[in-house]
Amino acid sequence: MSILINKETKVICQGFTGSQGTLHCSQAIEYGTNILGGVTPGKGGQTHLDLPVFNSVKDAKQVTEANASIIFVPAKFCKPSIIEAIEGGIELIICITEGIPTLDMLEVKELADKEGVRIIGPNCPGIITPGECKLGIMPGFIHSPGKVGIVSRSGTLTYEAVDQTTKVGLGQSTCVGIGGDPLPGTSFIDVLKLFEKDPQTEGIVMVGEIGGSAEEEAAEYIRENISKPVVGYIAGVSAPPGKRMGHAGAIISGGKGTAEDKFNALESAGVRTVKSPSEIGQSILEEMSL
Amino acid sequence: MNLHEYQSKQLLEKFDLPTAKSVVAFSVEEISNLISELDSEEFVVKVQVHAGGRGKVGGVKITKDIDEIIEFAEDWLGKKFVNHQTGEEGKPVSAIMIAESTTIQKEFYLGAVIDRSSQSLVVMASPEGGMDIEKVAEENPDKIFKINVSKNKKEDFDILPLVNGLGLSSYQTAEFKKIVSGLVNLFFEKDLSLIEINPLVIDQNDSLKCLDAKINIDENALFRQEDLLNLRDSSQENQKEIEAAKWDLNYVALDGNIGCMVNGAGLAMATMDIIKLSGGFPANFLDVGGTVDKERVAEAFKIILSDEKVKSVLINIFGGIVRCDVVASGIVSAVSEVGVDIPVIVRLKGNNSEEAKKILSESDLNIISADDLSEAAELAVKNSG
Repeated sequence: MSILINKETKVICQGFTGSQGTLHCSQAIEYGTNILGGVTPGKGGQTHLDLPVFNSVKDAKQVTEANASIIFVPAKFCKPSIIEAIEGGIELIICITEGIPTLDMLEVKELADKEGVRIIGPNCPGIITPGECKLGIMPGFIHSPGKVGIVSRSGTLTYEAVDQTTKVGLGQSTCVGIGGDPLPGTSFIDVLKLFEKDPQTEGIVMVGEIGGSAEEEAAEYIRENISKPVVGYIAGVSAPPGKRMGHAGAIISGGKGTAEDKFNALESAGVRTVKSPSEIGQSILEEMSL
Repeated sequence: MNLHEYQSKQLLEKFDLPTAKSVVAFSVEEISNLISELDSEEFVVKVQVHAGGRGKVGGVKITKDIDEIIEFAEDWLGKKFVNHQTGEEGKPVSAIMIAESTTIQKEFYLGAVIDRSSQSLVVMASPEGGMDIEKVAEENPDKIFKINVSKNKKEDFDILPLVNGLGLSSYQTAEFKKIVSGLVNLFFEKDLSLIEINPLVIDQNDSLKCLDAKINIDENALFRQEDLLNLRDSSQENQKEIEAAKWDLNYVALDGNIGCMVNGAGLAMATMDIIKLSGGFPANFLDVGGTVDKERVAEAFKIILSDEKVKSVLINIFGGIVRCDVVASGIVSAVSEVGVDIPVIVRLKGNNSEEAKKILSESDLNIISADDLSEAAELAVKNSG
């Protein structure tokens, strides 16, 4: 088992023929991901990477029976693309694009919740079930199939956690990048819930950062509902207040959203925290050996 | 993106929110003419900078004397405004706003922001107006009243919790409803990320009036808000951050002496944290993003080195899609091209990192290669003293 995606997942790509879509779909296909085609309006009927191109998600769904879509379209076109995927009957949408207006996400999220569709991202590296399905921009080779579920707001910091859990021999069940925006489609809690239910996942690594209160809410959830060992890291202890640190969501405002508060919340919920990301691998190994 | 107070006021007026009548002067000469447009005995004069707390350091004046206004303008225009919010460098004053003075019976706070937890727009009001709302939230959280407004049903919200919280009369309630509707429309139509009206006051005629406004706009939505883009005053922003943005580099200036260059925002923050953990101080946050090529690394170096405090540079790259050996070659040629003469500590992890280490150690430049993050940070700290 794993969560959200596996080798059966049938995938299409929106923004398939663009440079990002092309680069990352070729790598996903090479990894063994079941990509069945893509959508680029106006290019329907062509083939790209030896796969069919469709004009719309609806057309693509009809032929491929896809249940997941990975989106690489530019930020200003993401809202209509995500809505098209929701209305086209896609159940899992992974949106990699950075820079989507917050109000667009507000609208899209409301619709997705109503229709029971899951969005991962935006502004995220995507999701991977090692050895089975890679839907994102992460380097496949650092992963290995295994026991640790990883959920993170950051891209390269996820890779650090992956690399270390591979090196200590634990491997990963599924890694989910929920993204660095203020309104992510999927929250820490959504993913924690799935990891708790997944028999393959025996331990969880959670990587948060400054801004908002998602980590504090996750800590409350962990206290009540998670029986598996959790290791937590929060980036941004040294970040000054009022400054946006790269990610749209990474900002301490009005004294809220500090790394210190988040560390405290996690610790009081029984989570093993690490002050340096280089200790993630060793710490989860220790927690899982207890 | 932030707006000046006078720009925020103009936006409020566009959305039918009542404000005190005002004019903006960019030079001393135009002041007498501008004031003749106002109908008041007394005026409030304020420097226009992107910072709060202006009153405490002489940036606000209430006077009946036009000569004093001119004197105020002569004192401020072209000068730098410095307080705890601007930092030592300060912010240049190129405009002053002159408003009709309002007799205040009562002050409130009114604001709106996207709430991440409830994933909706939250409109907040407090009878503790004029004060620092963060302080109110901390000391008197029961004095802040909130309602949620859905984007799809923005005409349909229950305003009663706010009205009751502020204790408004029925006459003022009708005015308040109009103000909140205007505020919500402004927020959604102009892609705001924050609006604060502080204070919202009851004036001498028992009417509500917005006396000061702070507006932030969602940077990601500026592509569809062209009229707002024209309001950008880049003289109020950090010049290095503007330069970095031209190259799609995410840069934030800090106070320390160790320059950082990292791919990914999370890893960039983590790198700063580890420097601090190792006893040093980061000079900046810098995320070079997904493409780590020679040109971008060279530009990043130029920006980092323009800060004279920087004594060493720590480069931390996780090579995923981009191979580390390619990154290493890029770093080596950027270091020699830019002429970096302080120690550069490089930690490359991921694809082809062994090859990369070889390239770095074979260069005869001042580049020190490190294996893990802690070691890299310690080396950067050691070389910064």
